[in-house]
Amino acid sequence: MSAVQLPRSPKVLVGAGLVAFFAVLTVVGPWLAPDNPSATNFPANLAPSAHHWLGTTALGQDIFSQLLVGARATMIVAIVAGVVATTLSISVGVAAGYMGGWTDEGLSMVSNVFVAIPGLPLLIVVDSYLPAGGRSNSFVIGLIISLTGWAWGARVLRAQTMSLRNRDFVEAARIIGESRFRIMMFEIAPNLLPVLASSLLFTILYSVGAYVTLAYVGLTSTAVWNWGTMLYWAQANNAELANQWWWFVPPGMCIALFGTGLALMNFGIDEFINPRLRSAGISGRIRRASGLPRRPRLGFTPVARATPTSTVKAGAR
Amino acid sequence: MRMLGRRLSFYIVTAWVAITANFMLPRLMPGNPLQQMIGKATGAVTPQQVLATKLAFSLDLHQSLWAQYIGYWHQLFLGNLGVSVTLTASVTSVLAAAVPWTIGLIGVSTILSFLLGTVSGALLGWFRGSRLDSLIPVATFFQAVPYFFLGTVTLLTFGSTLHWFPALGAYSSTVIPGWHWDFFFSLLRYGQLPVITIVLSSVAGWMLGMRNMMITMIAEDFVLMAVAKGLSRRKVIMHAARNAVLPSIANLSLAIGLVVSGALLVELVFNYPGVGNLLLQAVLDEDYPLIQGIFLVITLTVLGANLLADIFYFVLDPRTRTQAAV
Repeated sequence: MSAVQLPRSPKVLVGAGLVAFFAVLTVVGPWLAPDNPSATNFPANLAPSAHHWLGTTALGQDIFSQLLVGARATMIVAIVAGVVATTLSISVGVAAGYMGGWTDEGLSMVSNVFVAIPGLPLLIVVDSYLPAGGRSNSFVIGLIISLTGWAWGARVLRAQTMSLRNRDFVEAARIIGESRFRIMMFEIAPNLLPVLASSLLFTILYSVGAYVTLAYVGLTSTAVWNWGTMLYWAQANNAELANQWWWFVPPGMCIALFGTGLALMNFGIDEFINPRLRSAGISGRIRRASGLPRRPRLGFTPVARATPTSTVKAGAR
Repeated sequence: MRMLGRRLSFYIVTAWVAITANFMLPRLMPGNPLQQMIGKATGAVTPQQVLATKLAFSLDLHQSLWAQYIGYWHQLFLGNLGVSVTLTASVTSVLAAAVPWTIGLIGVSTILSFLLGTVSGALLGWFRGSRLDSLIPVATFFQAVPYFFLGTVTLLTFGSTLHWFPALGAYSSTVIPGWHWDFFFSLLRYGQLPVITIVLSSVAGWMLGMRNMMITMIAEDFVLMAVAKGLSRRKVIMHAARNAVLPSIANLSLAIGLVVSGALLVELVFNYPGVGNLLLQAVLDEDYPLIQGIFLVITLTVLGANLLADIFYFVLDPRTRTQAAV
């Protein structure tokens, strides 16, 4: 295989597009917002119109502005939690998998305990004790979420590390006398990249869900605009019973589409790790053009590559 | 047996961690823990409630931390989880009324979702590359939707707009709860929408996991052998699926925690009288004894369910019985 080549199936492209869209929204959202999301100087409960694209809340706030401004807080928490949790899981997972012995026993025990304790109730209990200052701080919330979200990734990374630790190149590095830290950082970690990327995507997905849930329950500051707070206010004002879909559907759809984007990107990583899954991504057109049977035969994994000259070659493994 | 013993001791350690965390949490916060637990509660707090909370959480601050810890365990073994500040009833009795609803709701949905996801995942894996593949992005979308948002949408669409299902609560207000058919049918009617919501949100995980395992399994020699023997397609699929399902079952115990977390909020949306609804109400009222009691009961129940799932796996996969503990 030449360079690292991620499968370019439509699924992955759509996923990357969705994630890129929301990433841009995070940066420019608050600048694009036509109004101050907290200002209550419009008539209440307006339906969508040219002035207010998504109508107004029961307090007369512009919902479209809330949606645009809310993107940033949601993303900051997701990214803080995702990065902190992934850092934790790679440190614990690689150390446990590489060192083995009692270190492994201890670290695995800790991560298994964190996997077994249901995350949301724990989050709610910890968060309910936070003073108001902590609840409005996106970084504090992100840190707490990362505490409940790191363990799953650590388990996966540990298993992957264990399968690498006895490979020849690691053995070679050990014989030259490289330090343990160096082997873990520069020999093992780069080979975990696909698993790590997948774990990061899932942690971000989990963090968005957890943050939005906490906000929806009213456990984050209701003055900080994020998509969960919007749902909280919609629910508090019975928007769903009054059929004001423009109030609660847009934030919910944003959460769902961002999550779908992350999960679709993850398909690409899965197909990269496990080539057998890739054949499923070959479209009917390529399959016909390359003379593959409509359904792959048992025991074979068809691999189709588009060559630069646009003719498609196919070979069975 | 060694493996089961190992799992059991692991769950005991986890339970100990959860209980100890429950003990430490109010003490870790700045200020007087008793004040933390009761002071913020809305409404008047009677001296009896203060005493009860002090006893249940062993909050006699003149004692050493260790003595308080022992006292806390003692109260726990007596079944004393304190008194709910807002409901003025013992946390144990409040929970006893709510727990069966949640176990029923989550149990039924999890079993349905597991069965549905596994069967459809096996078929998706077998017929990979066919039109069925278009189900995957749809399933991914449902996986990414927060449970409570999906609940709101189903409630609005099928409950209050189309009137296909009753919208709120667990049973009709005209039926008296008891062991008779009217109540039972009412339960079924009111349970449908919450169950559908939880199944829709959680089925994709099982489906995609099973599909990936099935695709990996199809390439194994024993499947080729089964085809070569001339077995019917149904039998071959069953053959492969039985082996592909094992990782799903191994993951069952881990997935339960996630499903429980989501389902707690579905209860809120549908006003279902379970633990989730109670927890969120307690959070709003800042009823800390109740919050902590609920956390403890949810965690211990999830651990119990995990143990059951492990035993199930142990019975199904003979390799776990012969191999040394993994």
